[in-house]
Formats: sequence, structure tokens, C-alpha cells
Amino acid sequence: MSKAKDSISLTINGSKYKIKADQDTPLLFVLRDNIGLCATRYGCGEATCGACTVIIDGQAVMSCDISLGAVAGKSVQTAEGMQTKPSHPLLEAFIKHQAGQCGYCLTGILMASKALLEKEPFATRKRIAEVLDSNLCRCGAHSRILDAVEEAGKFMSKEQ
Amino acid sequence: MIPPSPLVAAPHLQNWLKLSEEKKLIFFTGRVELGQGNTTALLMMIADELDVLPSSIILETARTDLTPNEGITAGSMSITIGGQALRWVASALRVQILDIASKQLKVNSKDFSICEGYIFDRGKKTEFSLNDFFDGLDLTRKIVDDAKPKSFKERRKSFRDINRIDLESRLFGAPFIHDLKFDGMVYGAPVHPPNTHSHLVSLDLEMLKGRPGVIKVVKNGSFVGIIASTSYHAKNAANWARNNGKWESNIKEPFNLFENLKNLNTKPETVIESRDVNKNSGTWFEITASRPFIYHGSIGPATAIAKAEKDKITIFTHSQGVFQLRQAIAKVLNTAEEKICVIHKPGSGCYGHNGADDVAFDAVLMAKSVTGRFLKVVWSRFDEFHSSPMGASMVTKSRALLSSNNRLVAFDVDVSSTPHTNRPNANFPNLRAAGYLANPISPSRTPDVPVERGGGADRNAIPSYEVGGVRVRKRIIYDTPYRTSALRSLGAYCNVVANEALLDSIAKQIEVEPIAFRLDHTTDPRAREILERLDYETKKDRAVSNEEGIGWGIGFARYKGSGGYCAVMVKVHVGENVSVTDAISVSDVGEAVSSDGVKNQVEGGIIQSISWTLKECVPVDGFSATAESWTDYPILKFSEIPNLRTILIDRPEEKPLGAGEISQGPTGAAIVNAVADAIGCHVTNLPITRDAIIGTINAED
Repeated sequence: MSKAKDSISLTINGSKYKIKADQDTPLLFVLRDNIGLCATRYGCGEATCGACTVIIDGQAVMSCDISLGAVAGKSVQTAEGMQTKPSHPLLEAFIKHQAGQCGYCLTGILMASKALLEKEPFATRKRIAEVLDSNLCRCGAHSRILDAVEEAGKFMSKEQ
Repeated sequence: MIPPSPLVAAPHLQNWLKLSEEKKLIFFTGRVELGQGNTTALLMMIADELDVLPSSIILETARTDLTPNEGITAGSMSITIGGQALRWVASALRVQILDIASKQLKVNSKDFSICEGYIFDRGKKTEFSLNDFFDGLDLTRKIVDDAKPKSFKERRKSFRDINRIDLESRLFGAPFIHDLKFDGMVYGAPVHPPNTHSHLVSLDLEMLKGRPGVIKVVKNGSFVGIIASTSYHAKNAANWARNNGKWESNIKEPFNLFENLKNLNTKPETVIESRDVNKNSGTWFEITASRPFIYHGSIGPATAIAKAEKDKITIFTHSQGVFQLRQAIAKVLNTAEEKICVIHKPGSGCYGHNGADDVAFDAVLMAKSVTGRFLKVVWSRFDEFHSSPMGASMVTKSRALLSSNNRLVAFDVDVSSTPHTNRPNANFPNLRAAGYLANPISPSRTPDVPVERGGGADRNAIPSYEVGGVRVRKRIIYDTPYRTSALRSLGAYCNVVANEALLDSIAKQIEVEPIAFRLDHTTDPRAREILERLDYETKKDRAVSNEEGIGWGIGFARYKGSGGYCAVMVKVHVGENVSVTDAISVSDVGEAVSSDGVKNQVEGGIIQSISWTLKECVPVDGFSATAESWTDYPILKFSEIPNLRTILIDRPEEKPLGAGEISQGPTGAAIVNAVADAIGCHVTNLPITRDAIIGTINAED
């Protein structure tokens, strides 16, 4: 088991981390419990709700579904990394549209949307909705969330 | 003006506010934030009444050692009751400050006013702010002795437009109870029997103790709790225990839910019988609607943190009622309430009595074996689907009598339902684990919500129209293997579906336009305005010739008969499955304190109700709910969201009525009626799946 406890290096929101934990531990628990980055939420732990979505090397990934060992050397983005100045257009749009109620699902949705818009800023509302089908929202803020992501996409496509 | 009811038990200013060390005003509310944004609206109400910037005050939500006991945050009463109480508090504070200021500055208090935190003298800003007079405050004064709440004309519109105060932290921060951490904290995971009528037969506790990361195993009767060094280890050990333990049901025969609900042999309770519904002559029409069990399905699972010390237990919870939870736990532990402190922290969205109280008791049971240390329990998705109370299943049969001149002259509604209320309190602890401890306190029969509080199973059984004589009868089916309790709007959802589908089908049969038929039976001007507005807003779109499979339908109700009004029109497409493509709503909740907050609640209610109506049905096997993950219980997804148009009629002169539960019933009804418009029959055995449609068509043929 000694190998399992070797420390793993990875980058999170631009900072380098060395983590000593069992390599099989899902990234979600490492982020929340070992590092204390709690904006990545635990929803189901079974890759069925999307609440724990993070971005790994540009791809939206459910962090409950990938082990610490599998992200060695990779670059991870979490919602904490969105607190930039000036604000990221996605954040601005979510606040403008008051897109959320309880907000438990929002960080995962932000990450999934960011990964999408960075590749496809021209994504249509239909395309955004299809991609966000991996993320569940129970309060029913979907329409506002789609408004926000669509608007952020328009802003980001102008910047390109 | 009659003072709001919370001021009876908490009459003094000090019950509701204090000054921080930095001389900042801290207000207390006995309400809790459930994700609906009520703390933002409450803050706006205080700021408006006192005339200070919302950012200059702090609002503390329910905790047993600090705030007034305002009961359960439920039933859309936060603003209606809790907000009004805070207005009186802020008003009494304003009156007192102006009095102190006028004495100190030797000016007639009538010349003074407050604007954005500053004292104004005959309309001119002075150098003095509110804070300059805090030293002279007497917080022991009775609120009702001083309060003169503003009339709607005096209220400031500018404070109405602030954003949710807590949205940013929810977007990138750690505001949830799930995120709370304490030094030396350990993690617990419960292993509940698969249902409340099963007991533990065997589980190798030694093996369980040997699982990775496990510190301790607690066993009390059939309750098993695992304490581990990390949440991941606790969760894994609980999975192992579930797969390796054996439980046995005390019930041998599977329970047939709908057979029992439809069995009309049990004597009903008559809720209302305003006139003999059998005397009129005319034609009777009838429809029966049913709904299955519905999960709360919060995205974040139930969570609690507890610490037990020699003479004190501290609990962090996202329960709707911290005082009631304290009473219940004190009762089960046979300890004094004063020794327990319960503090609310935000959880994931709450839509009723979910697992929050149960998980808090789980945490206490485990924390007692690691005294002095905080212990956090986060339920797994399996726990959520197996252990939390579900929304009640019910059947509503509505009959209406139509006179020869097409007037409804009698209405008769029969409701059969599993319980809509099973909340913890001193008399009925109703905490899941309490039922199978070594010294169990078995679940008891909680009486249904009384008519004065809007009713439970019978909520909105009385249609929101003038329909002549009305009779409502209900049967609560207690003895089932399933555990059900309050879910948003209680019986209103199914009852509005039944009544509105009946109205719709009568209108179709006598060839009267559905909105016109409703208006024929409506004299309340607010209800009329809503129906007329919705008609006007959708007329053009509805006039476009109907393609194959397209239908339009309306649903309307005034929540609880005395709350907010909501009418919803939907357009559906019936193909392989049903999809709602457009939902247009018109609402009137009286004074809308936060108009965007109200719209957000109405929209959320519409989307949640579309999900209930088209997709949701808890799978059961006669003994327990059997869903294990979201794949067993699909809910509405982003690609299934309709175009929404949300119209709010603001009536600042009217009292605020609450918005969180007004749109569910009307939305369900609108969908049923739209599907009928598309395919010719009302599918009322919800959810409207392909099977349900085929079943209805076959039954009518």
C-alpha cells in the first residue's frame, strides 16, 4: 500500500499542490477534505448529478468520478478560481440574471459552462442545454441559467 | 393594525435585535433560508422600514440560543408573517431612535426623519446618523408600544431591486453546512434499515470496524453508525455494511398503495359541507386524479454536524424548524431542551420535510460516543432515496354539478392520501432512527394540517371559483410501509390538477372556451384580472392553427384559498413523450417585496411541477422505495426546459402573500389540460408518461 500513499503533484487554479493521500481517492474528496476547496460540491458521488464538475486540462469532468492518481501532473480548475478581477463574464451573467436559488448545483454548472464556452463561445442555447444535461438543478433555475450562459457566450465570442 | 403573531411570544426589541461590538445592528429572525432567498427579502423589509442601506445591517437566522421561535419555515409564510414581524421591530426601533435624537438635540421629534441611515431635520440631512443614538436605546421596550409601521406609500422602492445577498458565495464560496469544518472533526455515516418496519438481523461489527479509516462503530437497536477519519472512508464503510448486513421486514405482505387509496370503505372526515351537494338538479361530471410518491431530490444530500459534551449538545442543521428539532431530540434522549443548542446553516434547496431532521439525530447518536469532538454526517444519495420522508401519494376525485344554463352549482371533492405532515416535535419525535433504537419511540400518527392553516391533504380541494355548494371529504391512510411528509404545496398540487381538469373537461363538453368558463364563475377582481391578462398575453399564439400533437392548456388557483394567485398557460407537444415547450404565467402575491425573488420562486415552482407532472414517480415494491440513484429517478433536464414568460402583478397596497407554492398546482393542471387539447383525453394518473397516456386512451375506448 506504500505506493498508494506517494504524494501526487497537480496544479489547481494555477497553484502547485503536492497531495499525500490514497491514489484511489476520488478527486472530489481530495479537493474538499484534504485541500479545503469546498466550492466543488458533493451531490451523489456516482457521476449522475454534475454538482462536482471541475475542469481538467480544458475538459469538464465530474470530480467524484476520477481518482487522485489519474490527475497527477494535470491542471485542475475549480469554481474558486473564478474569483478574478475583472469578473469572469460567466459570473457577471449569473449575477445579472440572478441565475440560481439554493445554488448547490451552480458551481458544477459554472465549470461545465466554462469548459464549453472556451471551446465553443458561439454555442447556441440548444447546444448549451444539451451539454448541461449532465448537471441537475432541483430548484428550477434552469431558464435563468441558460439565459446567463448564453449571454456570457455572446460576450466571450466578441472577445475572441 | 393587529400586531404580527410572532410578537406575542417575543414582545421586546431585545428578542429581535442586538448591537454588535462594532455597533452594527444585528436583527434576528426565527425563519431560515431554504435557498428561496427569503433572507434577502427579510433584510429588504427591515432596511425599508428603518430606512437604512440593506448592506448596513446583519440578519441572523434561526438558532435556539439567540433568535425567537417562529416555528417551521414553511407554507409560504416567511414574508407574510416573519417579514411583517420584522417590520414592526424596525419600526419600533426607528420611533425610539427619533425620540432619543429629538431629546438630545432638543428638536421636536415630528421634525425628524430617517433616510438611508441619516437623521433628517425638516427634510434636510443633518450630520447625525442612526448610530449616534444607539447608546440611549432601551431594548427592553415592548415593540407594540412604539411601532407605527409605514404605509405602502411611505415605502422606498429603491431597496426593492437589490440582488440576492447570498448568491455570490453560492457561486464560488463555501456557504453550505456541508462546507463547515472544525478542528479534530470526525465523519459519520449511518446504516439505516431499508425501511422503518425492518430490523437488523446480522452485521459483522468487527469486520466493519476493520474497514479502512473506521474509528468506531455505534450500534443502538437497529441503528448502526460508522465513525471514520474522513467522509470518504465513512461513506465507503457504510456501503460495505449495507452490502454485508441483513435486515428483515416485520411486514410480510406487500402493500398495494393505490388499491388502499381508492378503497372508499374507510369513513372519510368531512372538512367542509357548505350546502347539501345532493339537492340541486342538473348533470354531474367527474374526474379522478392521482399522484405517486415524489422525492424531494435536493441536489445536496441531508447533512448535520453535532458535538456532545458532558452537559451540552450542539447541532448544526439545515432543518426547517430548529426549535421543533430540539424538542424532538430532547424527548428521544430524555434530556432537558436547554441542554441542546440547534443552529441553522444553509443546506441544499429545501422543498419540504426532507432528511434534514433525521440526519441531525443520526449525528447526535454518533457524536455521543466521541464526546468533545464535532462529527459531521453527510447522507449518501442512497440514504436520500431510502431514508428521507417522501412527498405523499394521493388520489382526488372531483365531481361537479352543472345546471341547465351551464352554471356550476355544486362541487364535491374526495381526497385520499398518505400523510402530508410528519414533522418532528415534542409530542411526535418522528426522527427516523428513533423508531428502531433499543428503546424505540415509534412513529406516531400526526394529525393532518388543520383547515385554518390551509389544510394538508385537502389543501385547495375547494376550487378557486364560485361553484355553489361545496363538500370536501378526506381520508388519511396512515398504515402504510412508507414514510411521507410535507412536500411543497402539500395536497394542493393534486387537488388543483383534479379540479382544473374537471372544469376543463366540462367546458370542452359544453363547447365553452376554457378561460371564459372560468371567468363565468369568478367574481374576485384579482382573480379576474389574472385570467384576463393570461388570456390576452397568449391569445395570438393560441390562435395559430394547431399542428398535430400540439396543445394548449390553462391551470389556475389561489393557493390555500387565501394566499397568492397564479394562472399558468402551457403549450405541449405530444409525440413519443410529452414535452412542455412554453409556459406563460401571471401571478399576484399582493405586495411583492422582491419582485425578482417572487418571479424566481414562481419559475422554479413551474419547472419543478413540470418535472413532477411528466417524469417523477418513486419506484416502490410494496415494502420500500427502491430507487438507489438518480438513474432510477429522472427529473427534468436542461434540454427539456420550456420558454418561460413570467408576469407579476404587483399590488404594493395589499399584504404580501408568499410565492414559493403558488405555481405547482396550476402548472400540473395546465399540462393535463394541454395534453387533453392535443390528444382529446385528460390523463390524470400522474406522471403523464407514455404508458399513462396509452392507459387512459384504452380506458376511454
